[in-house]
This record gives sequence, structure tokens and C-alpha cells, in this order.
Amino acid sequence: MEKFGTLTSTVVPLPIENVDTDQIIPARFLKATNKDGFGDNLFADWRYNKDGSPKADFILNNPVFGGSILVAGKNFGSGSSREHAAWAIDGYGFKVVVSSFFADIFKNNALNNGVLPVVVSAEFLAEIFDGANKDPKLTLTVDLENQTISNNANGKSESFEINAYKKECLLKGLDDIDYLLSKRELIEAYEASRK
Amino acid sequence: MSKTLFDKIWDAHVVSTVENGPTQLYIDRHFCHEVTSPQAFNGLRARGLKVFRPELTTMTADHNTPTIDQDKPVKDPISRNQLDTFAKNAAEFNMPLYYPLGHDKNGVVHIIGPENGFTQPGMTIVCGDSHTSTHGAFGTIAFGIGTSEVEMVLATQCVLQTRPKTMRINYNGKLGAGVSAKDLALFTIAKLTTGGATGYFVEYAGEAIRNMTMEERMTVCNLSIEMGARGGMIAPDETTFNYVKGREFAPKGAEWDEKLAYWKTLKSDEGAKFDLELDFDAADIQPMITYGTNPGMGMGIQESIPTLDQIDEAGRISFQKSLDYMGFQPGEQLLGKSIDYVFLGSCTNGRIEDFRIFANYVKGKKKADNVVVWLVPGSWGVEKQIREEGLLDIFTDAGFLLRQPGCSACLAMNDDKVPAGKYAVSTSNRNFEGRQGPGARTILAGPLVAAAAAITGKITDPRV
Ligand code: SF4
Repeated sequence: MEKFGTLTSTVVPLPIENVDTDQIIPARFLKATNKDGFGDNLFADWRYNKDGSPKADFILNNPVFGGSILVAGKNFGSGSSREHAAWAIDGYGFKVVVSSFFADIFKNNALNNGVLPVVVSAEFLAEIFDGANKDPKLTLTVDLENQTISNNANGKSESFEINAYKKECLLKGLDDIDYLLSKRELIEAYEASRK
Repeated sequence: MSKTLFDKIWDAHVVSTVENGPTQLYIDRHFCHEVTSPQAFNGLRARGLKVFRPELTTMTADHNTPTIDQDKPVKDPISRNQLDTFAKNAAEFNMPLYYPLGHDKNGVVHIIGPENGFTQPGMTIVCGDSHTSTHGAFGTIAFGIGTSEVEMVLATQCVLQTRPKTMRINYNGKLGAGVSAKDLALFTIAKLTTGGATGYFVEYAGEAIRNMTMEERMTVCNLSIEMGARGGMIAPDETTFNYVKGREFAPKGAEWDEKLAYWKTLKSDEGAKFDLELDFDAADIQPMITYGTNPGMGMGIQESIPTLDQIDEAGRISFQKSLDYMGFQPGEQLLGKSIDYVFLGSCTNGRIEDFRIFANYVKGKKKADNVVVWLVPGSWGVEKQIREEGLLDIFTDAGFLLRQPGCSACLAMNDDKVPAGKYAVSTSNRNFEGRQGPGARTILAGPLVAAAAAITGKITDPRV
């Protein structure tokens, strides 16, 4: 996994609530047996017409907006546990997703793939949507070490929560499997204690 | 100190606690299917690892499988490749519990688990599928995980989890006639919204739950994820023990007695503290349908869709977008509305009891000409029972066909897709945009409302 430090980027605003993982990556794209290529089908049904041509009114097809931070309405990533959703977001090039609320499994899946979910207040979120609407060049700065997110258009900052262990993993680029594998003896001892 | 049911099971499975971090939790049973596992096996290969406890993983192909002609080669080459990869992984990693298409234990993962006795009270259970919460009906901690976590379980039989908060929902009194477990669940999600239980593990309790069969309890726990909960659970009782006893992988003899004694201790103690406790009157619950594009957008079948002024301002864009997709108007009543498809099946309502309810309603009636009806048993075990109990004859007489087991139109990865713009009354669990096929419009309901729709071709209150 790649290390995460500080990121400043323009944003892609998606002011829709309850975006479920079926929208992030529809089920018919889950037939692959590796993790590559999902970025091309991120938000496929919102993004493409039936014939595969881009839908002009969808934000990802609007050349005015871009960057590695996706900003979405509350309850992002609900529904199916498919990690393909995180692979699609990562594969597209997003490193951070900002929302006022995330579904649990999505949050875990994102973190396990080096994508940082940042929870902000409803007000902070609304100001990003407003600001980006007025000026698509609006940037956010996400500082993982200090756990802060700043809206560089209006100068406001908020701190965000992240589990200390997960933060460490992201900063160092380590994953959970490395950790668990180092605990083999404990696992065997636990099994023995239950017999 | 008094403990909740959740605390008892969680505490019994802690291997270690990461400083300032999650808990390392031991997993008793891992279920695995073809769609969310290939990348996990790839990960093992890349790290040169074996599966740590192969006998604790049960593998079944269900998501990406056809529901006709299962004895013939799968037509779609990409689907076939995924199924072949699943078989290759099972062989290469010496997985002893592998149930491919056509195997008599094959079926939807959350149906075959309980059916074969893999699911037992007190266990921790995971699967790369969010409806793993189904198994909570037996008094287990069961939850869905992502593929990275599937890899962790295969490699170490553990996952790292942050301890969730606990919630108890009590349903007092009895459900009315014609009101099912599905209605109770859709009612609850409509009250709590799709994010209302995020961060919680839910225990369902109260008279209405106690009176339920295991099939009904599984339906309730299945839908926990649709209100954002990590999982749902019900304390085991005689109903549970009777269901588990005698199943192939259930404990036998002295081991049964020992386990049973332990299982009887699995309930929330008097005075145990929950982070949140809610109460509902079972009598308030009506047969439910959904009108929007998430499971929280549900209402009593006689009710009308909310009007815009009943929706808070930040949610109006999403609400309107959702109704536009469905082709409905704010304030509209859906009773009597013509529909095109009916789907009975999925891990929510693909068990024998659901087919009994459906059969009981359609017996002696005829299927409406304007609807396509897919009856998809959750497993070959359910299929066999449908035949043995004579339900198949009832279906045939009424003009219905029975298909072969699988997830089918629940997520429409196979050919069972509802065409764009068509309305489907579906007993599955998600009405998301495109869930049942690009452009498909899903109305979630219980098996009885589905049966009534299949006969009348319209949204119909089955009680009248
Ligand atoms: S029936 Fe639907 S919800 Fe259940 S396991 Fe299959 S796809 Fe998932």
C-alpha cells in the first residue's frame, strides 16, 4: 500500500445523499478476478449512456472539475460490501473521499486500499459544495498527520477522526494482513485455549 | 457485571487488542463465494501463503450463476472464468467444503449455511457479502467484510474490527394477520433510515420476535445492513435449538449436550446496558412496499409517498432524483399500480417458508398475464422441499415456473435482469438504481405482497 501524508487538490463535487456501492460500481462489472480496471466503470450508470458514450451532465464528464478528492453527500458507500467500490474509486485516481457520513463497510474497505475517508460537519460539506460551484478551482488540503482538513477558498479548517492504528498504517503504508500474520502464535494459543 | 448477548460472544472471541486500535477477533465460520474472493486468493498467492484453517471456510457459487440449464456450460465467458477461478482456488488451496454449481449443497451462501448446520449459536461468522447479518438469527456475531478482510481470514482466521455500539429494538405484542417478518424489517428501516443504525450491532427482541420461526428471524437479521447496522442478532431459544439439531454439520451426541448448555447462556443479562434502545408496537406494522431507490424509502401498502415539504431540505435533490428514476410523483398512492415483474427469492426471502406463503396465496388462482414471475429457490435444499411438500404442483397449476437456485435477480449479475423502465415487485433486499438491471424499477415487498402482485398484476394489499 502507498503511504499517505498531506494532499492538496481540487475537488469533484457529488452533492447526492445515500450513494450506494451499486452506483459506485454496478454488479455487472464484478465478474473480474483481479483488482485492475474498475476505475473505468466508476459510477458507470450515471456516467455513460447505453451506447457507452459519456453523459454530458454527469460531474465526472465535466472537464471543469477534477482532482483527487471526491466530495459526496451524506451516507456515502451504503449497501453492498463489495470492495470493488474502493478499487474503482482508487483506480479512478481519488485518494480522499469527503462526506458528512460514511457507511461502515465502505469506510473499512477504503482504508484497506489507502483511500482516506474524511468525515466533516454538514456545514463544512455544504460550504465545499457552494464554493466549488462558484469556483471549480477550489482546493482542499488534507493533512493526515495532524488530522485536519482545510477549505482553502474560505480558510476554514476542521479536524477529523481516524483510529490511531489505521492512521499509523496509512502513514507507513502497512496493511492489516502484515499485522495479523505477525500474531500467528497468539492465534494458535487462542485456538488451544478453546479446546 | 451484566452483559449483552453481543458482549458475551465478542468477548469470547478476542485474540488480542491493538493499542489504540481495533480488536483482533477470531472467526469460527467463514463463508465464501465466487465474486468477492478471487482477489483474496490472489493476495495469498502473491505473499506465498496457505489457507490457515481450510475446514473453517465454506465455499459456494451463487452470485454470478444462471438459474436455468445449470448442467450446461455457463454461456457468458467472463462469468464462466470467474466460476472456473473459484474452482481452481478451491483445488489449489485444498478447500474441503466446496459446493459448485449443481452440487446438492449449492445455493445462496446465507441459505446453505444454516440449512447444513454450519451456522450455530455463539459463533463469529463473516463473509464477503453484507447480508452475512442473516446468520445473526441464531445468536451469532455475523457481519459482511470486504475482500482484503477475506484475505485476512483465509490467512489467519482473524479480522481486525472496531467494537461497534449496541442497540436493542423491542417489538412488543403480536404482528397482525398478513404481516410478515419482511414487513417488520422494512418498517424498521423506514423509521431508522438507511444510515440510522450505522456503527451499531442490533439485537432484536420482544414478543413478535420470539414468536417467529427461524426462517422469519433470518429475514429480519438479513435486512439489518439496510439500516447501516454492522449486523443484527436474536438470542437463541428452543426454536433455534430445534432448527439446528440433527443438521449435517451440527454437533452430535455428547458434544451437542455440551454446546447446548453453553448456548442456553447466550442472552442479554437483566439490566445489561445498550447504547441505544428502541421500542415498537408490532400491531402498528402493515404490509410494506418501497417507493424509492433505497430500502429506507418504504411505506405501508395503503399509504402515499411523502410530499416534498415532508422531506428535509438537504435531502430533496436525492428524493426527487429517486422518484424520477421510479417514475412516481410525490404524494402518490401505489395501490392498484400495474407492475411487470415479480421476483420471489434471495437470501432475504428465498427459504422454504417464503415459498409456502407464496403457494398458499396463489393456490387455485391463476398468474396474471401481464407479469413475468421468477420463482428462485435459495438452494437445492429448498428446491427439494418445494417438490416434496407439493408446492411445485400448486405453482404449476397457477401458471408459474420454478427456476434453479442462486442470487438471480437480487443483483442481476446473471441473465435474470429486469428491463429498463419496468416495475418489479421483489422480495430481495435492495431497490437501488439498476440493482435488478440497468434502469430497472424495484419495489421491495414480502412474499405475500409479491404473491398478490403475481396474481393481479398490480400492487395489491394481500389482506383484502
Ligand atoms: S441473494 Fe442478493 S443479497 Fe443475498 S447473497 Fe445473493 S446477491 Fe447478496
